[in-house]
Amino acid sequence: MVSPAHYIALAVILFVIGAVGVLVRRNAIVIFMCVELMLNAANLAFVGFSRLHGTLDGQVIAFFVMVVAAAEVVVGLAIITSIYRTRRSASVDDANLLKY
Amino acid sequence: MLLAAGAATATQETTFWVLAIIAGFAGLGMVAARKAVHCAVFLAVVMLSLAVLYALAGAPFLAFVQVIVYTGAVLMLFLFVLMIVGVTSSDALVETIRGQRVWAILTAIGMLVLLLLIIGHAAIGPVGSPSATNFGVSNISGLAELIFTRYVFPFEVTSALLITAALGAMVLAHRERTRPKPTQKELSIRRIASSDPAPLPGPGTYAQHNAADMPALLPDGSNSELLVSTSMVPRADRPQVTAPPTRTEADVSAEEDPW
Repeated sequence: MVSPAHYIALAVILFVIGAVGVLVRRNAIVIFMCVELMLNAANLAFVGFSRLHGTLDGQVIAFFVMVVAAAEVVVGLAIITSIYRTRRSASVDDANLLKY
Repeated sequence: MLLAAGAATATQETTFWVLAIIAGFAGLGMVAARKAVHCAVFLAVVMLSLAVLYALAGAPFLAFVQVIVYTGAVLMLFLFVLMIVGVTSSDALVETIRGQRVWAILTAIGMLVLLLLIIGHAAIGPVGSPSATNFGVSNISGLAELIFTRYVFPFEVTSALLITAALGAMVLAHRERTRPKPTQKELSIRRIASSDPAPLPGPGTYAQHNAADMPALLPDGSNSELLVSTSMVPRADRPQVTAPPTRTEADVSAEEDPW
């Protein structure tokens, strides 16, 4: 039997990988993908906890996380395209007008 | 009976480990891949293996939602925007902050160790499943019961969130036309005034190959790159022609209609 601890450990690993991506990558879209990976890891932890407690509340929360992630992706990608329109770049280093 | 249950458990364990390894390496590949499209493909692999893991953990509804919504819709949205913003743009490898990558990886290792230690110390017992049917046949009806009773207010708030997000995306992606749209008359005047008023040769016309990425062959025997799409030039595995294209369709549309 795969114990919920396995699921949570895998979730932690995926979350950390996503965090590394957010810190290291410079392309805004790739950073967004890494955020998605972190959200997916959180979902996996929710499902594991749902299994652990034997109730479905964790799965409902994971469902809500998916909805929020979809909304976040829509708005974020719209922001990225509008920045690309004005700056002609998807790199996070080029959107630096507010620096200093 | 006991033997069958044991075999099922073994299958579950094997599936979990195989998928966990696949998901982990795909996640690493996503962070390491230089091209954004490769990142998207790796992310698709992670999401699909997570979907199977959900099914394994007794969440068939979430597994299907994961495939349909995440892999089907969200990732396709990513790819759409990737195609708009430019597939060819690979990540810059210069570090703007010195030592950022090293420190990021060190921080990540610290976080991993911390979280795994916490999990190791927590008393995560065996699966307590008082309502095992909730994870099997009646999963969807159980979820529906929860969503429409205990979580009905968050569910309604979710609809407000979705409407706000759709409106926000429309507002952000909307673009005001700064100058009037050129009429047909203005377009034809511009065309006559340009250096080549006649229609350009099509790609591959009179060339050695009948392909869209082949330059046309001019009467004097030279190649004309004019109508080869600019997005095809960097990925074509043919010898690059020395003369750059002077005027392409993309340039013309960019001149008259800047983003």
